[in-house]
Amino acid sequence: MSDPILDIRGLEKTYKGGVKALDGVDLTIRRGEIFALLGPNGAGKTTLIGAVCGMVRPTGGVIEAFGKDLSRHWKSLRRDIGLVPQELSFDMFDKVIRQVRYSRGMFGCPADEDRIEEVLRSLSLWDKRDSSIRELSGGMKRRVMIAKALAHDPKLLFLDEPTAGVDVELRRDMWRQIDALRERGVTIILTTHYIEEAEEMADRVGVINKGRILLVDDKDAIMAKLGRTEAHFTFDAPLAGIPASLQSYSLHLEEGGTCLVYRGGDGTGKGKREVAEIAQIMTREGIAFTGIDTRESTLEDIFVDLLNEPEVQA
Amino acid sequence: MTFNARGAFAIFKNELMRMFRTIFGSILSPVITTSLYFIVFGAAIGGRMQEVDGVPYGSFIVPGLLMLTLLTESTSNASFGIYMPKFTGAIYELLSAPVGVAETLIGFVGAAAVKSLILATIILATALLFVDYSIAHPLLAFGYILLVSATFSLFGFILGLWATSFEKLQIVPLLLLTPLTFLGGTFYSIDMLAEPWRTIALFNPIVYLVNGLRWTFFGQAEVDIALSFGMTLAFLLICIGIIAWIFKTGWRLRS
Repeated sequence: MSDPILDIRGLEKTYKGGVKALDGVDLTIRRGEIFALLGPNGAGKTTLIGAVCGMVRPTGGVIEAFGKDLSRHWKSLRRDIGLVPQELSFDMFDKVIRQVRYSRGMFGCPADEDRIEEVLRSLSLWDKRDSSIRELSGGMKRRVMIAKALAHDPKLLFLDEPTAGVDVELRRDMWRQIDALRERGVTIILTTHYIEEAEEMADRVGVINKGRILLVDDKDAIMAKLGRTEAHFTFDAPLAGIPASLQSYSLHLEEGGTCLVYRGGDGTGKGKREVAEIAQIMTREGIAFTGIDTRESTLEDIFVDLLNEPEVQA
Repeated sequence: MTFNARGAFAIFKNELMRMFRTIFGSILSPVITTSLYFIVFGAAIGGRMQEVDGVPYGSFIVPGLLMLTLLTESTSNASFGIYMPKFTGAIYELLSAPVGVAETLIGFVGAAAVKSLILATIILATALLFVDYSIAHPLLAFGYILLVSATFSLFGFILGLWATSFEKLQIVPLLLLTPLTFLGGTFYSIDMLAEPWRTIALFNPIVYLVNGLRWTFFGQAEVDIALSFGMTLAFLLICIGIIAWIFKTGWRLRS
């Protein structure tokens, strides 16, 4: 495994009143990767980010960033950590460029107008630099949030639901921005509701629910381990039962015998191969089917399955 | 990284910029209000009043009115300065940045105190249009104004952290500071009060603040000047202690 940039061990957060938002979270983030943290509302995603970024006081566990204990070296370590929160939170009456300069200064960076211009141009905000933030559209305001987070050139960037509520075009645009950041060596941890986003962007995926990490793995490995192929063979006349020659496959009949359903595979192509074999066997034996409908399970299917089986551990 | 000087300066500058963005509410409004006091109590009524401790009444009220503005403006500026990021959610940036209690105080409280000093200068200049006065100990007066501005900016900062609504933000200045200041010898000498009201007035901490500033102006005081300075300094240290505790525990800052 490459050098970890963030190492979280046994992280706990219990709020007053007894609500346990984080329940012994162990998570290691590799340098230079894009890590997607998936989970339903209230799963603990934002609390986890808050614990690393200083908004939440953990009640247990250890966080190490860049190889150092964050609770002891928070001041020097936070210089290299950036955060784009979920909510649009800034002084709405201020100008775009002033807010970005403010963020850079607050993180201890010297004034650098060239860098500010570069950040604003990369987010298509340069033309709006002297606009009052309240005059901008929702999508542009979200870009301002990102510009503020990038102003101090963080090495580790948290994006909490970065594309929530933005249109498709802007979402794609932000994905390109995230990709560009990765190419510059920035490690990115993003939380999202959009599984498509994790599929598109992430190197690794973690699933969190009820304050516990259920699964962490490479996206492709998750698809291989938990991905499934589903195929529906349809017939005009119902089958009496599953043909003897097909007994070794994971098949069952639905819709009164007019639909033979295959569910299997492991995300590596095994499912597709078995579907092809089943079709060849039926053709060879003269079992006439009238249609085939196949689909590969998405990360979303896997995510939903995992949430329904919370006993799965990382 | 030890002290984040750039971070402190960024907050300081941002707060001052915010003040200049709302220049009418921040500067003109208190100056106009105080000018009206000078017109009514200093120029109009003051001419018909007796001297107080050998000082013409119009001049006598200058330190008191200045103190009234310093207390209310320092408190409200600092409280608003930290409450607004809490209200809008922008506090996330402060909490996630490499800034601690020292940088935050220099930034927010420093800006509020500087604003109060600017206001004090304008008010003193404006007062000259209506009444004659001179300052017996200008350096001490400056030092005392600075001390009071910083102290009540710290107090306002605590208030802003404590407040969970705009209503709570207004409660302390409106229901505590303003009445105590009016009853704390702003417009009169507490020696003019009959007993037991004079003794009761001595329990009002604002009496000592007004008294301290009045001493720097006229070189005479109704109560021991060392006590005035000492109480103000003690209140400053208490406020710093409370803020240090807030940052250590995360009270009303971190969840």
